[in-house]
Amino acid sequence: MVINQNKCVACGNCVAICPMGAIYVDQTKNRARINDDACVECGTCYRGMSTEDLNPAMVRTIRKAAKLLRFRFEPEPDVCPTGAFEMNELEMPRLIRQIFSDPVVEHKSTGIKGRGTEEVKTNDVSLRVNTGEVGYTIEFGRPGVGVRFSDIQEMTQSLAKEGVTFEKNNPITHLMTDTATGDLRTDILQEKILSAIVEIKTRIDQVELVLDLVEEVNERIDTVIVVGISTRCEDGEDKILAPLLDNLGYYYARAKTNMGLGRATNKIELKHKEAVAT
Amino acid sequence: MTNTLHRYGHSDSFRDDYIIFAIPSRGKNDEDCIPKLKEFLKICAKYNPSNMGNGNRGSVAPEKGLAPTAHWKRNESPDWDQVIEGVCKAGTVSAVFASAGQAHACLKEVIDADFGISVNVSTSVENARRAAETCGIKRHSVEYALAFNDPHDHLPNSQILGLSTMCGHGMVSFNMARKMLDMVREGRRTTQQAVTTLVRLCPCGVYNPERAKRLIEEACREQR
Repeated sequence: MVINQNKCVACGNCVAICPMGAIYVDQTKNRARINDDACVECGTCYRGMSTEDLNPAMVRTIRKAAKLLRFRFEPEPDVCPTGAFEMNELEMPRLIRQIFSDPVVEHKSTGIKGRGTEEVKTNDVSLRVNTGEVGYTIEFGRPGVGVRFSDIQEMTQSLAKEGVTFEKNNPITHLMTDTATGDLRTDILQEKILSAIVEIKTRIDQVELVLDLVEEVNERIDTVIVVGISTRCEDGEDKILAPLLDNLGYYYARAKTNMGLGRATNKIELKHKEAVAT
Repeated sequence: MTNTLHRYGHSDSFRDDYIIFAIPSRGKNDEDCIPKLKEFLKICAKYNPSNMGNGNRGSVAPEKGLAPTAHWKRNESPDWDQVIEGVCKAGTVSAVFASAGQAHACLKEVIDADFGISVNVSTSVENARRAAETCGIKRHSVEYALAFNDPHDHLPNSQILGLSTMCGHGMVSFNMARKMLDMVREGRRTTQQAVTTLVRLCPCGVYNPERAKRLIEEACREQR
């Protein structure tokens, strides 16, 4: 991300917009600047702010006069008056920041199949997490903190030692050079992103071990982690995982609940079903 | 794509927060799914949603090239048609409801429509259980949100977290949530104006303006 210094009028609106706190007003130059190391290329400043096309020189003059008179501005807080943000072409490894941080940009150049996954949202069709299994989404950096891949690797390596199964369609798994060790590509380790999700699956008897491990690793890595933990219901009820979480003392107020309305409808899937039936 | 699991709050805090979303499964039921996703949103639009999204835009979106007069008259009306017409590829589409009644009625019609696409409800565990019971269906799978692990003390207070985490992708920064709350406290913006500003920042359209309004009002009351 770039702030066009010829356009910026240092109004400061973008400072609060940035989820990473990477934008600041350089008072010596009277322009907003981006701390490139802190910026995760999420695009919130560029996409999330509305813009006007005002003349920068005129705005600066008005601001100067108002400042002199101690007038307080009350502009709309999500507007860049001159459209000063510009999205620059990114290359790897910096491109990986955008892939994992901007929710509306897709890039096929790295071979990663998107950032998000279907998790158990399509479990009624995919049966990704089956009876007796537990799925985990271990999310790093969100809200508002960010994470470096080196810290994610610390977790994936620790999980790999416990023999967990990494979800093969997950973007982080795609970045592993070895799923047996949890090693990630070395060229991206120092890159910072807004968030990432490691997805694994275990047997029900491994839940305590995994959750303890996540907490233990989190002590060593400087970010925030939040875990989603999923299971398949039997006859509409979860009689196994919820009681276990209660026993372990975990609080879980919120859930994403798959209502079981999905089914395979693609032609190839229907043919496959027919073949199995006959 | 949306991310609604890790909203901050206790169970009762989700009493006005129901997100119903449809998501096709790649390779399983994503063929010809776009008309179904549009139809799903059309059904949702009938039940007075608080917000809707198609993964690329919500019902209130940022505007480019505003006239200077916009500072006195911003567009705050949700545009459902833009969201529905904007569905152009297989992905998550969603609607946010502020009451159980609306959510249940919508879910019932979605069940009757029988799209064959996975439908999820993101709310409190209890709310979802009740929704399934009311609509006469059995839950297939459930993903619980465990609490945030924050051993290094990065996270702000619960008021800011409540407002910020309603954009699960983190596009509503802590600083912006704090700024809007402060602007309301200082009488520089109405609650509605502050909420609309936050809603615009969430590109997936899952930010819940009704809950945000309540959280801001509660935060202002606590101060008095």
